[in-house]
Amino acid sequence: MALSRSGSNLLKPISPFFSCAPSILSRSISSSNDSITVETSIPFTAHNCEPPSRSVTTSAAELRSFFRDMALMRRMEIAADSLYKAKLIRGFCHLYDGQEAVAVGMEAAITRKDCIITAYRDHCTFLSRGGNLVEVFAELMGRRAGMSNGKGGSMHFYRKEGGFYGGHGIVGAQVPLGCGLAFAQKYSKDENVTFAMYGDGAANQGQLFEALNIAALWDLPAILVCENNHYGMGTAEWRAAKSPAYYKRGDYVPGLKVDGMDAFAVKQACKFAKEHALKNGPIILEMDTYRYHGHSMSDPGSTYRTRDEISGVRQERDPIERIRKLLLSHEISTETELKDIEKEVRKEVDNAISKAKESEMPDPSELFTNVYVKGFGVEAYGADRKELRATLP
Amino acid sequence: MATLFQGVGAVTPFSASSSLDSNKLLLPSRKSLSISDSRGSIFVYRSDALNLKAATRKQDLLIPNAVATKGETSTSAKSGHELLLFEALREGLEEEMERDPRVCVMGEDVGHYGGSYKVTKGLAEKYGDLRVLDTPIAENSFTGMGIGAAMTGLRPIVEGMNMGFLLLAFNQISNNCGMLHYTSGGQFTIPIVIRGPGGVGRQLGAEHSQRLESYFQSIPGIQMVACSTPYNAKGLMKAAIRSENPVILFEHVLLYNLKERIPDEEYVLSLEEAEMVRPGEHVTILTYSRMRYHVMQAAKTLVNKGYDPEVIDIRSLKPFDLYTIGCSVKKTHRVLIVEECMRTGGIGASLTAAITENFHDYLDAPIVCLSSQDVPTPYAGTLEEWTVVQPAQIVSAVEQLCQ
Repeated sequence: MALSRSGSNLLKPISPFFSCAPSILSRSISSSNDSITVETSIPFTAHNCEPPSRSVTTSAAELRSFFRDMALMRRMEIAADSLYKAKLIRGFCHLYDGQEAVAVGMEAAITRKDCIITAYRDHCTFLSRGGNLVEVFAELMGRRAGMSNGKGGSMHFYRKEGGFYGGHGIVGAQVPLGCGLAFAQKYSKDENVTFAMYGDGAANQGQLFEALNIAALWDLPAILVCENNHYGMGTAEWRAAKSPAYYKRGDYVPGLKVDGMDAFAVKQACKFAKEHALKNGPIILEMDTYRYHGHSMSDPGSTYRTRDEISGVRQERDPIERIRKLLLSHEISTETELKDIEKEVRKEVDNAISKAKESEMPDPSELFTNVYVKGFGVEAYGADRKELRATLP
Repeated sequence: MATLFQGVGAVTPFSASSSLDSNKLLLPSRKSLSISDSRGSIFVYRSDALNLKAATRKQDLLIPNAVATKGETSTSAKSGHELLLFEALREGLEEEMERDPRVCVMGEDVGHYGGSYKVTKGLAEKYGDLRVLDTPIAENSFTGMGIGAAMTGLRPIVEGMNMGFLLLAFNQISNNCGMLHYTSGGQFTIPIVIRGPGGVGRQLGAEHSQRLESYFQSIPGIQMVACSTPYNAKGLMKAAIRSENPVILFEHVLLYNLKERIPDEEYVLSLEEAEMVRPGEHVTILTYSRMRYHVMQAAKTLVNKGYDPEVIDIRSLKPFDLYTIGCSVKKTHRVLIVEECMRTGGIGASLTAAITENFHDYLDAPIVCLSSQDVPTPYAGTLEEWTVVQPAQIVSAVEQLCQ
């Protein structure tokens, strides 16, 4: 009874998703630079603001890159699944497959100077911010070649030069951090924005509203992105939130509801949000998305939702399938080409895994590295000061 | 006592004592340090040439030793200026804000109101609303925001109106502030300073008389210091702001109006050094923050009774300056810890464990630790007095220890 109520809503945005744009290019060869206009699956729903238009301009090259990136992310997550079952990845592993469109669409709308901060479902966001596969798998397996030297794990991916600030385990704690990043951007007046991502479970945290209040008060260029995959771990959204319209929860802060399975809708919304945030302060984006896996690898994902629901969403709204259909209908790529890309991506992931497996475990001395930064007297001497017990680098 | 300064470039772990074997102290630390040169190069330019030279001078570097016991005045202090502790904090803060445009302050009522203890008075007019930020009453989120800003390179100072309110931000302080440098593999540094008054005041009630140093001491990755005099308040504030690590600076509600003469020259103290308040022979008394004054009061009585206590203000609560403490223990063989923390799991408990572990052979008697009672601080004045350690108790503890 509980499951069916939510099940129908998830399959809703299934209206025809491609338009016959008159500016279509020639049938046989598609040039990468010609622009294609695509319509998003559903119109945007706005709260306290004017929604952006449904038409998104894109190009063949962008379509192809979306496909490849999302296929890579999907393959990476599935490979992580097998690695976890083979006990090479331990602890917590939260997989993002199904939600790739959010990462890819967001990246297409912003620059590397804009900051993204998210919670623990961060593998694909890290990748989209310029990370590479070897780093990902090495970190997941706790090896030294990982981006955090193996000391962070699945929930602590960071990439400073890519503007990716993590990677946080405690639900909701990253949102005040994200508003802090936005504050720093406003302080240094550099016209960049911060996307602070959180889930529908975290949307009920008090610190979120505190941070939103401060961000609105100080006009910070902060964009709060709620990745609503409808389940906070095992609890459906309508059982956790009195008002599951997360984009409206900001009250005085404008909000936009976006189909998170449509990369172009995400791209359009993020572009709109960036312009808005730079002028008017914070805005909330709600990405209506879905995860195929359970909350984490220890959650089968089928005790609180039916397999029919999962496969239904996979059939109707899968982000990669959407791009595939677009590529085929606009005759930018053929079926075989796409299959080749998927094979290539699979090989890339396998190579990365074997390379990551070669990396060694961190040295025991690394237990004490990076606890402190060297500075005002941070050597820990033994009691007699003659013996330098540990130099904390 | 001459008021002296310690240059920035040479903030190496000297002992704060000048009257102990200073040569023995300086040389071993010098040899074992191979990074003193590199450390000098980290720092941003100094505003006056005097201190740049101080970075390269080695031998004539002098040790600060401000003894701020009530009634004792600095004899050679025609130089320097007199001020109250909160003014010293403000001076340190202002100098750092002047020096580095990335320094900003955020907290409740720090801006237009001037700070509930006047530590930030006048700063908002001078530096504007973006550098001195009035936050709403939302400790969890504004501490988180401070940490997020620090991740990008800003150097925020987060003020808790009372340290007890920072319990609401415990998650941010523990998980994000302390651990981000480690979990990101060194990619992010968090040069944040979290400061505020704590401790038992005058009948403020249980929730406003908290001592948070015991709760924070286990968090890996942070440094904790407690100031007790205007001299060390300013020095520690500056050091904390310049440090690349997150530092929690504990002030005390009742110490804000202490008056002392401090040098005119710029000086920065080391964050992990203890201060020798009164050298002695018979017993080592370790203390910090307000209890220092209770100890000094008891010391007067003890001296009259013929004892010679050595009083050390440990200042650095994490990590402990085991060197200074160790040298003292090796001399006196008896330790008394006087603190305002709770008995269970307090700083004194950790310190007792650390000393026993390292200096067990040098102890003639078990370590005595006098701490506050394990009760919520009552409102009634007489009861409140009895939760905190009083000079009479210190005197009798020393007498018992020295039998």
